[in-house]
Amino acid sequence: MLVIKDLKVSIDGEEILKGINLEVRAGELHAIMGPNGSGKSTLASVLAGRELYEVTSGKVTYKDQDLLEKSPEERAKEGLFLGFQYPIEIPGVSMVNFMKTAINEMRKHRGEEPLSASEFLKKMREKKDLVEISSSLTNRSVNEGFSGGEKKKNEIFQMAMLEPDLAILDETDSGLDIDALRIVARGVNNLKSPHNATIVITHYQRLLDYIVPDFVHVLYNGRIVKSGGKELALLLEEKGYEWINAEEVNQ
Amino acid sequence: MQKDQDQILNEVTSGEYKFGFYTDIEHDSIAKGLNEEVIRLISGKKDEPDFMLEFRLKAYRHWLTMKMPEWAHLKIPEINYQDQIYYSAPVQKAKLESLDEVDPQLLETFNKLGIPLEEQKHLAGVAVDAVMDSVSVKTTFKETLAELGIIFCSFSEAVREYPDLVRKYMGSVVPYTDNYFAALNSAVFSDGSFCYIPKGVRCPMELSTYFRINAANTGQFERTLIVAEDKSYVSYLEGCTAPMRDENQLHAAIVEIVAMENAEVKYATVQNWYPGNKEGKGGIYNFVTKRGICKGDNSRISWTQIETGSAITWKYPSVILRGHNSTGEFYSVAVTNNHQQADTGTKMIHIGKNTKSIIVSKGISAGVSNNSYRGLVKVLRGAGNARNFSQCDSLLLGDKCGAHTFPYIESANHSAIIEHEATTSKIGEDQIFYCNQRGISTEDAIGLIINGYAKEVLNKLPMEFAVEAQKLLQISLEGSVG
Repeated sequence: MLVIKDLKVSIDGEEILKGINLEVRAGELHAIMGPNGSGKSTLASVLAGRELYEVTSGKVTYKDQDLLEKSPEERAKEGLFLGFQYPIEIPGVSMVNFMKTAINEMRKHRGEEPLSASEFLKKMREKKDLVEISSSLTNRSVNEGFSGGEKKKNEIFQMAMLEPDLAILDETDSGLDIDALRIVARGVNNLKSPHNATIVITHYQRLLDYIVPDFVHVLYNGRIVKSGGKELALLLEEKGYEWINAEEVNQ
Repeated sequence: MQKDQDQILNEVTSGEYKFGFYTDIEHDSIAKGLNEEVIRLISGKKDEPDFMLEFRLKAYRHWLTMKMPEWAHLKIPEINYQDQIYYSAPVQKAKLESLDEVDPQLLETFNKLGIPLEEQKHLAGVAVDAVMDSVSVKTTFKETLAELGIIFCSFSEAVREYPDLVRKYMGSVVPYTDNYFAALNSAVFSDGSFCYIPKGVRCPMELSTYFRINAANTGQFERTLIVAEDKSYVSYLEGCTAPMRDENQLHAAIVEIVAMENAEVKYATVQNWYPGNKEGKGGIYNFVTKRGICKGDNSRISWTQIETGSAITWKYPSVILRGHNSTGEFYSVAVTNNHQQADTGTKMIHIGKNTKSIIVSKGISAGVSNNSYRGLVKVLRGAGNARNFSQCDSLLLGDKCGAHTFPYIESANHSAIIEHEATTSKIGEDQIFYCNQRGISTEDAIGLIINGYAKEVLNKLPMEFAVEAQKLLQISLEGSVG
């Protein structure tokens, strides 16, 4: 579904990603771990199409098409979803209106009729239960005045509504208490299917107690320095990122 | 709603001022220039009683002693008042069966503007007075309204048919001495609407006046007078458009509202005069004096305005709160794009006890435009427990436009409570990206955000017009985000 080859990315002339290689197939759940400043969020932003970054070399293929050529909204309409590390507040725009516009844009892209008001509200109710987000949140403006945890739950709620083929969750676990973490994890697990894929970006191993990845990659200093199964995460938790540092130095 | 959204999208991508066409119709125009002869000529064309001519002449003589106001945050090129035509009426060519009939060409013009003048075709529940250049073309539903004792007609007709009412109220809220443009209007005004709601009557339909400038080099000077007797209610809507021309055209209007005891008047404007082109050439100069008086106790006047057009807007719809417990409201969305300039706001004058006023102003600036809010809240000594809440928000698109707020507060009563809140924000690139990431295009994202921002004001409009206004906002800002 997603193939990243030798991706190099700079911002203001400084190279942040120094040659990333990664392949994600349908049905897989990948975890990308790494210390602060290793380039995790940059990778997520570049995949979603943020213009701040300059891709200096490499290629990203998504559903057999050149991803980097597409605009952010085209990528979204093709089923790529980014769960934001810091979800943005949009005062005055209700969650209902926001989601309805987003869903219908995607339906239009697929050549489907827009959802009727009742179909839409029914879908809203179902998905709300899934992430245990309260009605009072969805009746408010997008993320406005939401607590940190509520914003993250809202990201998972939007993911549930939009049913993406590839979801990239950028540090969705940061700043969550244990209950919220469980809810977010349950959302991710429930939405997992053989047809979609998920990339979970995280700093801590904690989330992986609830979400079991098929693959774990360690991003360090702009490169994926280690890949393995879920046991890699445990090893990291035990030994810390210095261990990678030492290993890399040894190489 | 989705259909509306789609329509908006289509219109956004096709952009441009939609109402810029010109109707090629013969005009009965007088020569350019302004003097007492011209005023006598206008008055004569309208077959006016003597008191009207006297009123006009007094206003004209007073105007000659006045200077153009310069306090607004506007750059106004010098206006040559002798270079304007002060009266121009479309000539109805076809032979008409009755007085109620309208030249098909004029009907077609208003149809194109979305204002059908045949009653059976019209939006249910809206009566319209259609004014083109200097004259009223047609007033719909007059008979239906007359059954309830409601008078709704052109101002000229009111002067002829109800001279006592006109004489009693005209100039009672906005005297001709009020300001430069009020004096000018009082001297040369040519038509407008008159509306009288008798005691205890709730007007069953929206009343509306649609102003259209068509002729070249012609100024439009209209007057509207609304009188709501005790315990009556009326909701009024005004719309306006003009052809695209390279020259600037002058529009100086007066609206007066009188609300008696327990009466309520809602007045909404969707102002969409031609704003000029992207380089700032052409467009209407819009100098308007709008004021209402809450004369009786417990009366209520509310102004709602969506200002998207005009090259220059100078306009402060105000309320004099004389009756005890009376309420004045002002809800405004003012959009400026390209080279447009707007200096707009309100005055709330608290005279009676327990009077309340609410001001919600939302400015949106884009391009290299300048958008100012100017508001006065004045509490007189006798206005015990007066209460005001003002909220002035500015939203900027891009970094070449300006937003300014000039609030004035004068209180002579210690029991008054006056609150003022103001915010300035920009549409963030991160907000747009967030929307993009959910599949929403940049233009649509801006539409969502703008409409969300202006929602509080849009909600005050009658439903059909709220949808229109939403589209208008988005069209006005088309191309302002790169």
